[in-house]
Amino acid sequence: MWDYVKLIALGAVAVLAAYAATLARDPAYLANAIEVAAVAAIAFGWILVTLGKRKPAPANEYMDDVIRAGVIATASWGIVGFLVGATIAFELAFPALNLSNETLGMMNFGRLRPLHTSAVIFAFGGNALIMSAFYVVQRTCAVRLWGRGLAWFVFWGWQVMILLAATAYVLGGTQSKEYAETVWYIDWWIVVVWLAFLAVFMGTLFNRKEPHIYVANWFYLSFIVTIAMLHVVNNLAIPVSLFGSVSVQVTGGVQDAMTQWWYGHNAVGFFLTAGFLGMMYYFVPKQAERPIYSYKLSIIHFWALIFLYIWAGPHHLHYTALPDWASTLGMVFSIMLWMPSWGGMINGLMTLSGAWDKLRTDPVIRMMVVSVGFYGMSTFEGPMMSIKAVNSLSHYTDWTIGHVHSGALGWNGMITFGALYFLTPRLWARERLYSLSLVSWHFWLATIGIVLYAASMWVTGIMEGLMWREVDANGFLVNAFADTVAAKWPMYVTRATGGTLYLTGACIMCYNLWATVAKQPRKEAAGVAFVPAE
Amino acid sequence: MSKAPAKTTKPGDVSTTGHEWDGIQEFNNPLPRWWLWTFYICIVWAIGYSIAYPAWPLIKGATPGLLGASTRADVEAEIKRFADANGPIEAKLVATDLTAISADKDLASFAGNAGKAVFATWCSQCHGLGANGAVGYPNLLDNDWLWGGDIEAIYTTVMHGVRNTEDLDARYSEMPRFGTDGLLEEAQIGEVVQYVRQLSGESHDGTKAEAGAVVFADNCAACHGDDGTGNRDLGAPNLTDAIWLYGGSEAALTQTVANARFGVMPSWAPRLSEAEVRAVAFYVHSLGGGE
Repeated sequence: MWDYVKLIALGAVAVLAAYAATLARDPAYLANAIEVAAVAAIAFGWILVTLGKRKPAPANEYMDDVIRAGVIATASWGIVGFLVGATIAFELAFPALNLSNETLGMMNFGRLRPLHTSAVIFAFGGNALIMSAFYVVQRTCAVRLWGRGLAWFVFWGWQVMILLAATAYVLGGTQSKEYAETVWYIDWWIVVVWLAFLAVFMGTLFNRKEPHIYVANWFYLSFIVTIAMLHVVNNLAIPVSLFGSVSVQVTGGVQDAMTQWWYGHNAVGFFLTAGFLGMMYYFVPKQAERPIYSYKLSIIHFWALIFLYIWAGPHHLHYTALPDWASTLGMVFSIMLWMPSWGGMINGLMTLSGAWDKLRTDPVIRMMVVSVGFYGMSTFEGPMMSIKAVNSLSHYTDWTIGHVHSGALGWNGMITFGALYFLTPRLWARERLYSLSLVSWHFWLATIGIVLYAASMWVTGIMEGLMWREVDANGFLVNAFADTVAAKWPMYVTRATGGTLYLTGACIMCYNLWATVAKQPRKEAAGVAFVPAE
Repeated sequence: MSKAPAKTTKPGDVSTTGHEWDGIQEFNNPLPRWWLWTFYICIVWAIGYSIAYPAWPLIKGATPGLLGASTRADVEAEIKRFADANGPIEAKLVATDLTAISADKDLASFAGNAGKAVFATWCSQCHGLGANGAVGYPNLLDNDWLWGGDIEAIYTTVMHGVRNTEDLDARYSEMPRFGTDGLLEEAQIGEVVQYVRQLSGESHDGTKAEAGAVVFADNCAACHGDDGTGNRDLGAPNLTDAIWLYGGSEAALTQTVANARFGVMPSWAPRLSEAEVRAVAFYVHSLGGGE
């Protein structure tokens, strides 16, 4: 019965999308409509072919196939995102690489930049979060994911979103809001998928067999709920046509800017911080085989973090049309956020105390330590940069780019790599990873890559900030913008080199994970049924 | 996954909370003191700062803060400081005849610095930081001037721009599109291109150039002059000096004759002050090509 409903719905979507394609007003919409029609047709065909043949999964086992798919998606999108990032880094250093004429502008920095940010944040990071949330919530609730196939809908829905967004960006479809570039109909789809994600997660929590909810799940839940709210409000827009990708924002001017940075800052705060802290709170104690350092600290820093983060957005708009009072609040809330952010670092690092010996022998632990270290560094740097006097120098410069990347490459990337190394042998029932020395290679390539990246952006950021503000005795600007661009060139090359090292490390990881599954013998598992802890 | 009770603690560890999830336990450690106190200090500082500076939104406006700080007032004060400091010499710059600026050492120094900054900010995007131009954007270092190279002509060009639609006093002229509009045959265009290359002393086809001379006299000489040396009143370039705004190759010249060019420069009157236009005119004039 349910399958027939799905067939009717998918058939209708395929036909409507194909029809919409004939009315498309712009290339992005046209490509997206064709993609939607194709995806719906494939899903239709799959359901039809497997009708009556699919067996219900055993309800007493963890739902791990969707997590295996998530591991593959995370690693693959990671490579895509890092590759596009390295490409645009080289484009900045060598503008001829934009290949504007040869590719009709599709390889232009402006098109690829949102592709890079979305690929790393939402495709790599998003898949890592969804996949790890599904893993962690099952293990720490000792219960199978709620909602039967709904978790698969979340997985595939998210991949479809990524496909649509990537195609639209390359063809010029964007709503020009940083980290929220996806056009209106993709935004609607994100809402649908995200609510399904929330339902799976909440349903599993409700079904839990443990008396308490583990701290990792608090972070995951706050991340899912807050992102839903941020996404909806920031993407309130009216489509110009049902058959085009262009829409008009409901808010305008400084209100729109403030909404955007309320969203943008909390995309960092909840997507890249709270969500990844959820990962940290599970994988660090598991890998270190030590208890979490302080339960009290987890509670205090969790509530302080989620309460304070949400107010800090105005620090992205210092010295703009934003009123002074909003600027002040954004800044003071950012300062107060410093210690709550560090609470996570302390809990992570102190959990490892008593397991320091493992640092020598376990490169995965080393990765997690560096990750938490970069987390601490960038959550100190962030509040510092939110101080108006500092921001007047750092804003609009590459320092911001360096700050974001020390957080993204160091914290988000490294903790995700650690989680992938942790999960792959367990999910595929392998005794151990294929090669620890390859993990070490990955660790060092990534770490050196981050250092090159962050250091070059600090240098060039502070340099260009100083050059922009330099005036002579009469108040005339000393440097033209082009002077600063020329001066930054060596640092651009350094940055691109650092990014390439990071990408190389990730490729090594992918090989290592593949070899773990393909070349390692299967462990005779002691069964996958679960029991709750007493 | 079935599991044995976790063996993750060691002798001497503090007690745990007694919870356990998938083998993960939690220690009962207190909040680190330094962490807590730093958090408190940040909060106290935040409260103090928000009392001192504009912070809390009210029904209308916001609390102004005890210090009466305002970033907008700061900017105005800083602009005023420089405006006051530069006021007298700017007034003098506006009052002085353009040609007389260089005679006054202080004024010339000021105009040179100011002009350089204006140029770097507003002109360098097209003309290059070194003012050496690019294809379609004139080199300002040489002696070749489309609309005149004395300081007054430069001033007029900067103030009103070229072929823009926003300023009625903009320099204006329009070369016919000899090919696109069917004014000349393709063969004639080929001939006149050879003639133009001959004029500037570059390699050319002599026979075609001979025929091209007739085409030139009938169609081009009215603006570019019988001898091809151009006409600054019309912005018609000198074709004999081998300096090309859009390139002197056969292909580029054919494109120019067939489809014409229509270089535009904005009017700077709405963007720059009188003193700034004078300063940048003085700066450009001083670059080497000024007449």
